[in-house]
Amino acid sequence: MVIWAFLVFAVLAVVFTTLAVVHRSPVVNVLSLVMVFFFLAAIYAVLGMDFLAAIQLIVYSGAVLVLFLFVIMLLNIRRVERFGSGRPVQAALGAAAAIAVGALVVWAVRGLAPVTGGVTPDAFAGGTAAPIGRMLMTTYLFPFELISVVLVAALVGAIALARRES
Amino acid sequence: MIAVPVPWILALSAVLFVLGALGVLLRRNAIVIFLGVEIMLNAANLAFVAFAMERAGSGSVSSAISGQLFVFFVIGVAAAEAAVGLALFIAIHRLKETIDVDRLNILRW
Repeated sequence: MVIWAFLVFAVLAVVFTTLAVVHRSPVVNVLSLVMVFFFLAAIYAVLGMDFLAAIQLIVYSGAVLVLFLFVIMLLNIRRVERFGSGRPVQAALGAAAAIAVGALVVWAVRGLAPVTGGVTPDAFAGGTAAPIGRMLMTTYLFPFELISVVLVAALVGAIALARRES
Repeated sequence: MIAVPVPWILALSAVLFVLGALGVLLRRNAIVIFLGVEIMLNAANLAFVAFAMERAGSGSVSSAISGQLFVFFVIGVAAAEAAVGLALFIAIHRLKETIDVDRLNILRW
Protein backbone atom coordinates (compact mmCIF):
# COMPACT_ATOMS: atom_id res chain seq x y z
CA MET A 1 0.00 0.00 0.00
CA VAL A 2 2.70 2.47 1.05
CA ILE A 3 4.86 1.53 -1.91
CA TRP A 4 2.02 2.09 -4.42
CA ALA A 5 1.23 5.48 -2.90
CA PHE A 6 4.92 6.37 -3.19
CA LEU A 7 5.07 5.28 -6.84
CA VAL A 8 1.94 7.24 -7.81
CA PHE A 9 3.16 10.42 -6.09
CA ALA A 10 6.66 10.00 -7.57
CA VAL A 11 5.38 9.66 -11.15
CA LEU A 12 3.06 12.65 -10.70
CA ALA A 13 5.93 14.69 -9.22
CA VAL A 14 8.16 13.93 -12.23
CA VAL A 15 5.36 14.77 -14.71
CA PHE A 16 4.62 18.13 -13.08
CA THR A 17 8.35 18.94 -12.72
CA THR A 18 8.74 18.43 -16.47
CA LEU A 19 5.79 20.75 -17.06
CA ALA A 20 7.32 23.31 -14.66
CA VAL A 21 10.60 23.26 -16.60
CA VAL A 22 9.34 23.28 -20.21
CA HIS A 23 6.10 25.31 -20.30
CA ARG A 24 6.25 28.78 -21.81
CA SER A 25 4.00 30.60 -19.37
CA PRO A 26 5.67 31.48 -16.03
CA VAL A 27 2.32 31.25 -14.21
CA VAL A 28 1.89 27.64 -15.41
CA ASN A 29 5.52 26.94 -14.38
CA VAL A 30 4.89 28.15 -10.84
CA LEU A 31 1.49 26.46 -10.49
CA SER A 32 2.88 23.10 -11.62
CA LEU A 33 5.72 23.55 -9.12
CA VAL A 34 3.01 24.00 -6.45
CA MET A 35 1.71 20.58 -7.52
CA VAL A 36 5.24 19.12 -7.34
CA PHE A 37 5.73 20.41 -3.80
CA PHE A 38 2.30 19.08 -2.87
CA PHE A 39 3.26 15.59 -4.11
CA LEU A 40 6.62 15.79 -2.30
CA ALA A 41 4.73 16.65 0.90
CA ALA A 42 2.49 13.64 0.23
CA ILE A 43 5.61 11.45 -0.14
CA TYR A 44 6.97 12.78 3.18
CA ALA A 45 3.59 12.02 4.81
CA VAL A 46 3.53 8.50 3.30
CA LEU A 47 7.02 7.90 4.72
CA GLY A 48 5.79 8.91 8.18
CA MET A 49 7.41 12.36 8.36
CA ASP A 50 4.34 14.37 9.31
CA PHE A 51 6.19 17.52 10.43
CA LEU A 52 8.19 17.78 7.19
CA ALA A 53 5.02 17.32 5.13
CA ALA A 54 3.39 20.19 7.03
CA ILE A 55 6.26 22.65 6.66
CA GLN A 56 6.71 21.69 3.01
CA LEU A 57 3.09 22.67 2.37
CA ILE A 58 3.07 25.78 4.56
CA VAL A 59 6.50 27.24 3.74
CA TYR A 60 7.04 26.15 0.13
CA SER A 61 3.59 26.02 -1.42
CA GLY A 62 2.09 28.57 0.92
CA ALA A 63 4.80 31.21 1.14
CA VAL A 64 7.66 30.84 -1.35
CA LEU A 65 5.62 30.03 -4.46
CA VAL A 66 2.99 32.66 -3.65
CA LEU A 67 5.90 35.13 -3.57
CA PHE A 68 6.94 33.88 -7.04
CA LEU A 69 3.39 34.33 -8.38
CA PHE A 70 3.22 37.77 -6.82
CA VAL A 71 6.44 38.86 -8.57
CA ILE A 72 5.36 37.39 -11.93
CA MET A 73 2.09 39.27 -11.79
CA LEU A 74 3.77 42.43 -10.52
CA LEU A 75 6.23 42.42 -13.44
CA ASN A 76 3.44 41.33 -15.83
CA ILE A 77 5.43 38.54 -17.53
CA ARG A 78 3.04 36.71 -19.87
CA ARG A 79 5.03 34.36 -22.10
CA VAL A 80 8.74 33.75 -22.17
CA GLU A 81 11.08 32.01 -24.56
CA ARG A 82 10.48 28.44 -25.74
CA PHE A 83 12.39 25.71 -23.87
CA GLY A 84 15.81 25.25 -25.47
CA SER A 85 15.16 27.80 -28.21
CA GLY A 86 18.01 29.76 -29.78
CA ARG A 87 21.71 28.91 -29.57
CA PRO A 88 21.48 25.15 -30.34
CA VAL A 89 25.13 24.46 -29.43
CA GLN A 90 24.80 26.01 -25.97
CA ALA A 91 21.47 24.24 -25.40
CA ALA A 92 23.00 20.85 -26.31
CA LEU A 93 26.00 21.53 -24.07
CA GLY A 94 23.70 22.57 -21.24
CA ALA A 95 21.58 19.43 -21.56
CA ALA A 96 24.72 17.27 -21.65
CA ALA A 97 26.07 19.05 -18.55
CA ALA A 98 22.80 18.52 -16.65
CA ILE A 99 22.76 14.81 -17.49
CA ALA A 100 26.46 14.53 -16.58
CA VAL A 101 25.73 16.12 -13.18
CA GLY A 102 22.92 13.61 -12.70
CA ALA A 103 25.22 10.71 -13.60
CA LEU A 104 27.80 12.08 -11.15
CA VAL A 105 25.17 12.20 -8.38
CA VAL A 106 24.11 8.61 -9.08
CA TRP A 107 27.76 7.48 -9.12
CA ALA A 108 28.47 9.30 -5.83
CA VAL A 109 25.56 7.87 -3.83
CA ARG A 110 25.72 4.38 -5.37
CA GLY A 111 26.57 1.91 -2.65
CA LEU A 112 25.63 4.29 0.18
CA ALA A 113 22.12 2.87 0.56
CA PRO A 114 21.19 -0.79 0.76
CA VAL A 115 19.69 -2.06 -2.48
CA THR A 116 17.58 -4.69 -0.80
CA GLY A 117 15.21 -4.12 2.05
CA GLY A 118 13.52 -0.90 2.91
CA VAL A 119 11.85 0.98 5.66
CA THR A 120 8.30 1.35 6.83
CA PRO A 121 6.80 4.49 8.38
CA ASP A 122 6.52 2.60 11.67
CA ALA A 123 9.97 3.92 12.60
CA PHE A 124 8.43 7.27 13.49
CA ALA A 125 5.56 5.97 15.61
CA GLY A 126 4.03 8.74 17.68
CA GLY A 127 4.83 11.52 15.21
CA THR A 128 8.00 13.43 14.50
CA ALA A 129 7.10 16.92 15.75
CA ALA A 130 7.99 16.25 19.40
CA PRO A 131 11.47 14.70 18.81
CA ILE A 132 12.27 17.36 16.17
CA GLY A 133 11.33 20.15 18.55
CA ARG A 134 13.36 18.59 21.35
CA MET A 135 16.43 18.24 19.13
CA LEU A 136 15.99 21.78 17.77
CA MET A 137 16.19 23.15 21.32
CA THR A 138 19.18 21.03 22.38
CA THR A 139 21.63 19.69 19.77
CA TYR A 140 20.79 22.17 17.00
CA LEU A 141 20.07 25.25 19.12
CA PHE A 142 22.86 27.35 17.54
CA PRO A 143 21.92 26.60 13.88
CA PHE A 144 18.30 27.27 14.81
CA GLU A 145 19.15 30.73 16.17
CA LEU A 146 21.45 31.33 13.19
CA ILE A 147 18.71 30.62 10.65
CA SER A 148 16.44 33.16 12.30
CA VAL A 149 19.22 35.76 11.90
CA VAL A 150 19.60 34.71 8.23
CA LEU A 151 15.86 35.14 7.68
CA VAL A 152 15.84 38.60 9.26
CA ALA A 153 18.86 39.62 7.16
CA ALA A 154 17.10 38.34 4.01
CA LEU A 155 13.95 40.27 4.94
CA VAL A 156 15.85 43.54 5.42
CA GLY A 157 17.90 42.90 2.26
CA ALA A 158 14.81 42.19 0.16
CA ILE A 159 13.13 45.41 1.29
CA ALA A 160 16.32 47.41 0.70
CA LEU A 161 16.74 45.96 -2.82
CA ALA A 162 13.16 46.30 -4.01
CA ARG A 163 12.53 49.75 -2.51
CA ARG A 164 12.16 52.56 -5.00
CA GLU A 165 14.90 55.14 -4.48
CA SER A 166 13.43 58.58 -4.05
CA MET B 1 3.02 -3.60 4.85
CA ILE B 2 5.54 -3.39 2.00
CA ALA B 3 8.31 -0.91 2.68
CA VAL B 4 9.55 1.75 0.29
CA PRO B 5 13.10 0.88 -0.83
CA VAL B 6 15.59 3.66 -0.08
CA PRO B 7 17.21 3.54 -3.59
CA TRP B 8 13.82 4.36 -5.15
CA ILE B 9 13.62 7.58 -3.16
CA LEU B 10 17.21 8.37 -4.21
CA ALA B 11 16.32 7.67 -7.86
CA LEU B 12 13.38 10.09 -7.69
CA SER B 13 15.72 12.64 -6.12
CA ALA B 14 18.25 12.21 -8.97
CA VAL B 15 15.54 12.59 -11.65
CA LEU B 16 14.21 15.77 -10.05
CA PHE B 17 17.76 17.12 -9.71
CA VAL B 18 18.50 16.59 -13.42
CA LEU B 19 15.19 18.23 -14.42
CA GLY B 20 16.02 21.21 -12.21
CA ALA B 21 19.53 21.47 -13.68
CA LEU B 22 18.03 21.36 -17.19
CA GLY B 23 15.75 24.23 -16.24
CA VAL B 24 18.67 26.27 -14.89
CA LEU B 25 20.91 25.64 -17.90
CA LEU B 26 18.40 25.80 -20.77
CA ARG B 27 15.96 28.53 -19.80
CA ARG B 28 16.68 32.23 -20.13
CA ASN B 29 13.94 33.83 -18.04
CA ALA B 30 15.37 34.59 -14.61
CA ILE B 31 12.23 33.49 -12.71
CA VAL B 32 12.13 30.10 -14.48
CA ILE B 33 15.87 29.66 -13.76
CA PHE B 34 15.06 30.36 -10.12
CA LEU B 35 12.31 27.72 -10.20
CA GLY B 36 14.96 25.26 -11.43
CA VAL B 37 17.09 26.10 -8.39
CA GLU B 38 14.10 25.43 -6.13
CA ILE B 39 13.56 22.05 -7.83
CA MET B 40 17.23 21.15 -7.23
CA LEU B 41 16.96 22.16 -3.54
CA ASN B 42 13.91 19.92 -3.19
CA ALA B 43 15.77 17.04 -4.84
CA ALA B 44 18.51 17.47 -2.24
CA ASN B 45 15.85 17.49 0.51
CA LEU B 46 14.50 14.23 -0.85
CA ALA B 47 17.98 12.71 -0.67
CA PHE B 48 18.25 13.84 2.99
CA VAL B 49 14.89 12.17 3.63
CA ALA B 50 16.03 8.97 1.88
CA PHE B 51 19.11 8.67 4.08
CA ALA B 52 17.06 9.58 7.18
CA MET B 53 14.75 6.65 6.31
CA GLU B 54 17.79 4.42 5.88
CA ARG B 55 19.01 5.40 9.38
CA ALA B 56 15.54 4.84 10.83
CA GLY B 57 15.47 1.44 9.16
CA SER B 58 18.71 0.45 10.86
CA GLY B 59 17.30 1.45 14.24
CA SER B 60 18.97 4.84 14.79
CA VAL B 61 15.89 7.05 15.20
CA SER B 62 17.83 10.07 16.53
CA SER B 63 19.99 10.36 13.41
CA ALA B 64 16.82 9.91 11.34
CA ILE B 65 15.42 12.97 13.14
CA SER B 66 18.69 14.83 12.41
CA GLY B 67 18.20 14.17 8.71
CA GLN B 68 14.76 15.76 8.86
CA LEU B 69 16.21 18.77 10.69
CA PHE B 70 18.63 19.33 7.80
CA VAL B 71 15.61 19.46 5.47
CA PHE B 72 14.10 22.03 7.84
CA PHE B 73 17.26 24.19 7.61
CA VAL B 74 17.40 23.86 3.80
CA ILE B 75 13.79 25.06 3.58
CA GLY B 76 14.69 28.05 5.78
CA VAL B 77 17.66 28.99 3.59
CA ALA B 78 15.57 28.51 0.43
CA ALA B 79 12.95 30.92 1.78
CA ALA B 80 15.62 33.55 2.47
CA GLU B 81 17.11 32.99 -0.99
CA ALA B 82 13.73 33.36 -2.70
CA ALA B 83 13.02 36.65 -0.91
CA VAL B 84 16.37 38.20 -1.87
CA GLY B 85 16.38 36.80 -5.42
CA LEU B 86 12.89 38.04 -6.25
CA ALA B 87 13.71 41.48 -4.81
CA LEU B 88 16.74 41.53 -7.14
CA PHE B 89 14.50 40.69 -10.11
CA ILE B 90 12.18 43.57 -9.25
CA ALA B 91 15.14 45.96 -9.02
CA ILE B 92 16.58 44.70 -12.33
CA HIS B 93 13.20 44.88 -14.07
CA ARG B 94 12.81 48.49 -12.96
CA LEU B 95 16.19 49.31 -14.51
CA LYS B 96 16.14 47.26 -17.74
CA GLU B 97 12.44 46.44 -18.36
CA THR B 98 13.34 42.74 -18.78
CA ILE B 99 14.59 39.80 -16.75
CA ASP B 100 15.74 37.77 -19.76
CA VAL B 101 19.28 36.82 -18.74
CA ASP B 102 20.47 37.08 -22.38
CA ARG B 103 19.75 40.79 -22.32
CA LEU B 104 21.38 41.44 -18.95
CA ASN B 105 24.86 41.61 -20.47
CA ILE B 106 26.26 44.79 -18.98
CA LEU B 107 29.12 42.87 -17.31
CA ARG B 108 29.94 40.86 -20.45
CA TRP B 109 33.09 41.78 -22.37
